[in-house]
Amino acid sequence: MMTKEHHGYLDMDLLRFTTAGSVDDGKSTLIGRLLYDSRAIFDDQMEAVEQASSKRGNGDVDLSLLTDGLRAEREQGITIDVAYRYFATPKRKFIIADTPGHIQYTRNMVTGASTANLAIILVDARKGIQEQTNRHAFIASLLGIPHVVFCINKMDLVDYDEAVFQKIKSDLEDFSSKLEARDLNFIPISALKGDNVVHRSTKMDWYQGSTLMYLLENIHIAGDLNHIDRRLPVQHVIRPMTDEWHDFRGFAGQISGGIFRKGETVQVLPSGFQSTIKSIHIGEHEVEEAFAPQSIVVTLNDEIDISRGDMLVSPNNLPQSSQDIDVMLCWLNDRPLQPNGKYTVKHTTREARCMVKEVTYKMDINSLRRYEEDRTIGMNDIGRVLLRTTVPLHFDNYARNRHTGSLILIDEATNETVAAGMIV
Amino acid sequence: MHSYRLTHLKELESESMHILREVASQFDNPALLFSGGKDSILCFHLARKAFFPAKVPFPLLHVDTGHNFSETIEFRDKLVEKYGAKLMVGSVQKSIDEGKVQEETGFHASRNKLQINTLLEAIESNKIDCAIGGARRDEEKARAKERVFSHRDEFGQWDPKNQRAELWNLYNGRKRPGEHFRAFPISNWTEMDVWQYILLENIEIPNIYFSHEREVFERDGVLYANSPFMHLKPTEKPFMKRVRFRTIGDMSCTGAVDSPASTLEEIIAEVASTRTTERGSRMDDKRSEAAMEDRKKEGYF
Ligand SMILES: Nc1nc2c(ncn2[C@@H]2O[C@H](COP(=O)(O)OP(=O)(O)O)[C@@H](O)[C@H]2O)c(=O)[nH]1
Repeated sequence: MMTKEHHGYLDMDLLRFTTAGSVDDGKSTLIGRLLYDSRAIFDDQMEAVEQASSKRGNGDVDLSLLTDGLRAEREQGITIDVAYRYFATPKRKFIIADTPGHIQYTRNMVTGASTANLAIILVDARKGIQEQTNRHAFIASLLGIPHVVFCINKMDLVDYDEAVFQKIKSDLEDFSSKLEARDLNFIPISALKGDNVVHRSTKMDWYQGSTLMYLLENIHIAGDLNHIDRRLPVQHVIRPMTDEWHDFRGFAGQISGGIFRKGETVQVLPSGFQSTIKSIHIGEHEVEEAFAPQSIVVTLNDEIDISRGDMLVSPNNLPQSSQDIDVMLCWLNDRPLQPNGKYTVKHTTREARCMVKEVTYKMDINSLRRYEEDRTIGMNDIGRVLLRTTVPLHFDNYARNRHTGSLILIDEATNETVAAGMIV
Repeated sequence: MHSYRLTHLKELESESMHILREVASQFDNPALLFSGGKDSILCFHLARKAFFPAKVPFPLLHVDTGHNFSETIEFRDKLVEKYGAKLMVGSVQKSIDEGKVQEETGFHASRNKLQINTLLEAIESNKIDCAIGGARRDEEKARAKERVFSHRDEFGQWDPKNQRAELWNLYNGRKRPGEHFRAFPISNWTEMDVWQYILLENIEIPNIYFSHEREVFERDGVLYANSPFMHLKPTEKPFMKRVRFRTIGDMSCTGAVDSPASTLEEIIAEVASTRTTERGSRMDDKRSEAAMEDRKKEGYF
């Protein structure tokens, strides 16, 4: 017999979050605790961790060992890449992008942040705001993460003192006012002892807010996506050419914004032609309407030449179209940005070539100061850059739409992804 | 008012369809690695959705160890026929016969490692530039860091230290001649997600996933199906038992679980309450803590 429990998953949604913190702030312990207390750790994994702990001669079972991956990293005892972890509660499935906190890993943080709905930033209660805390908050805001949760950790080491928490909270609020931060949350926790992580602390009666897990499970994320500006980057043209589907010509893509409804008018970019939507398909099913981030196939009532890299949009609400692109770039590669260099740019499903016209300034991501004297952009640097593309891109500001507002640069000699760009 | 919100399964589905369409658009000659296990069946199902009403625009590639469950092969052939898919088979037995690899010996002999060679050969001889695999990041620590588009050098090797950055839903599949890619469209799915989705979408899977009566024997605390490929020690006595398989791989290294679960609902309930990972019943990963990572670097899926 089917119980309600078995059907519960039909009502779960998905939250992606990143975790950032300075070394030893307790990030791995916190993730280990979330996984452990939500029963996402299996016995054989726990056994492996117990074995590894005893091999290292650690007295206790080190929950942080659950979360570090490759052998070299295990040997060095640090996380150096982005690792993805999964757990679920009856309400939500969670994907954690676990990234290291050092300045030399800014690129990893940016990568993890690019798909996140929420960022957890750890602060050691004994130390308060560090240079790194500012950097993590800045990256979260630059990458447009809609929700930020500051976890003031190791409260057990400051006698669960409210004054310590309030001081750090107000410092963080001061700093964050300089950022385009959206939804900020502050929680006093002890990752080691478990206070306010999954279970409410009995040691901090003065704190009335929610536990971290409650917040992760209940924070409203449906509003994070853009359901206003209709955008469908065309990924693939579907032409079955079978008897049954002889004249079928469908345009496949993942919706990056707005709602697509049967019968409504769309405009094709760059050609500018208009038509109305004849049908919308998701697999074998036809639907009346579809929204971001659904992957759909659209057919139109007129025969228009459309190919990969084009975009279907609402004629009353066009994106910007230009060959001059003003971006905040985060550099991801050992080889620094070449002034006047040429790169391949990937934006939605469109590919073009581009030239770096100008580096406007470089950002000191610890102090948030802009440097106009030093404009070399190397690994992990962030700078404001003007690009000139060979063909127009159709884009929105990153702050308005993370999908039509983002791009990557590819080095044409090595094929590596060398930069991530947020269109200003 | 309608709330524009997707469930986690529909969001994962949409992401996977996007990835499969990127593969079809960015590569000339991709192929879907098909083992007959639930993850590769899921990938095929998602590919059918991604390209409907057109056919899946790439062939299936089965690396056949010769030590298959017969149920898997029957299932594979039925599926290929039903959907008119194209099937290519790379044979480990052939690699052994041609002297390209040597069969392991002893009680723990497995053809799992030999697959790498056959796979790379099949990729080369069929000029496959992207092999789509059903690996998931939740399976094992080493997989947790693998990109969705995973670059391989001309020797088919993976360099975990030198992976390309992967941001938003932008995937970079550029490569030099001779290099190829692996793409993992269900990277973000967990074992539980897969089972829930199979139930939701009513996807057919081989019957050995469900509880059935079978002759097994016990080795190192794990139950294995008795078959001509297994060399039993004198102390190991086969017996009949109700079991099912949580993963389907080479018969010589896939352990069975003692389970009465005979419907998808029962399997889901079982997965929700089990305390070991799927791979816990696979001998190949137990060899060392870093076993998977070593095999991956050499070109394992
Ligand atoms: N007392 C106390 N120690 C903690 C807490 N969280 C983490 N630690 C300890 O701080 C050290 C660093 O933690 P770890 O999780 O490895 O930090 P990471 O470098 O941020 O991943 C370890 O010895 C932890 O046991 C906490 O809430 N209270």
